[in-house]
Amino acid sequence: MSFSGEQLARYSRHIILKGFGLRGQKRLSRGSVLIVGAGGLGSPAALYLAAAGVGRIGIIDADEVDLSNLQRQIIHGTADLGKPKADSARASMLAVNPEIEVRAIRAFADAGNIMELIRDYDFIIDGTDNFPAKFLINDACVLAGKAFSHAGILRFNGQLLTYVPGEGPCYRCLFKNPPPPEAVPTCRQAGVIGALAGVVGSLQAMEAVKYLAGTGGLLTGRLLTYDALKTSFRGIDLPRRADCPVCGEHPSITAPVDYTPAACDFR
Amino acid sequence: MILIVAGNPKEYPDDLNLTRLIELEKVETPIYVTVALNDSFVESGGFESTALKDGDRVEFLYFMGGGR
Repeated sequence: MSFSGEQLARYSRHIILKGFGLRGQKRLSRGSVLIVGAGGLGSPAALYLAAAGVGRIGIIDADEVDLSNLQRQIIHGTADLGKPKADSARASMLAVNPEIEVRAIRAFADAGNIMELIRDYDFIIDGTDNFPAKFLINDACVLAGKAFSHAGILRFNGQLLTYVPGEGPCYRCLFKNPPPPEAVPTCRQAGVIGALAGVVGSLQAMEAVKYLAGTGGLLTGRLLTYDALKTSFRGIDLPRRADCPVCGEHPSITAPVDYTPAACDFR
Repeated sequence: MILIVAGNPKEYPDDLNLTRLIELEKVETPIYVTVALNDSFVESGGFESTALKDGDRVEFLYFMGGGR
């Protein structure tokens, strides 16, 4: 693979970077990422990965752009109100970088389609807003042997964990099962600062870039927590669970599972 | 005794179990919190029977469902 003069200019800040270079850029160009959810986390992740020149990006969301989204979902604009989020996101990504391939998928991930959805991608970004989806993505990635970035945000706090097969715990090692619907607050009920989604979604993009480029260390075996009010980041080292129902020694989950979403998330 | 809770060393009364620490720390939705004690997970049924000792490191992991 060789880059044109325009591409060398577009990616020059990557290419001159020691420890990344032309080799890292080529790996991004050959790489692929699926972003599940074109929302608060998915917006910055999708824009940065498109700008970075990740060769093929899938973005999946079944919703339409709503006025209440625009406070944080920066991939969509006021002119996009009512449009499918996947299409709006694709248009914004191609506006930043028309040289990449973007597939917009107007659907929600479920147990019936998740294995097929993730199959053709190197890395998955969980930018969803509900626990059934987070457990679904975790289980599917563990079963398929795919690396993915988990993230969650609430009020002024965020958390992230990267799963790479064979390295460190999966999301289900940390949390065995989803909480019952409405047992824990969601952003819709409790609120969230837009820039918090920007910080955490950008960290997810960084994890994807490092994974594809093979540069640096990943957030495996360590949950990163961000407290925006204290401007404090903490990494919590965590082990795998030998008895994890999906990544453990004797898994009881051998296919993706659909859980009922919290009523407030079900639209 | 000193416990390191969420990275912060602090003085706590002796004879403390995890259930009592969760109360003292006013942990939100305690039945859905995951507890890591010195780099091992503690099963939620085992909070009452898990006695804490000087120098223990305790982390509370919370569900964060937002993102979209």
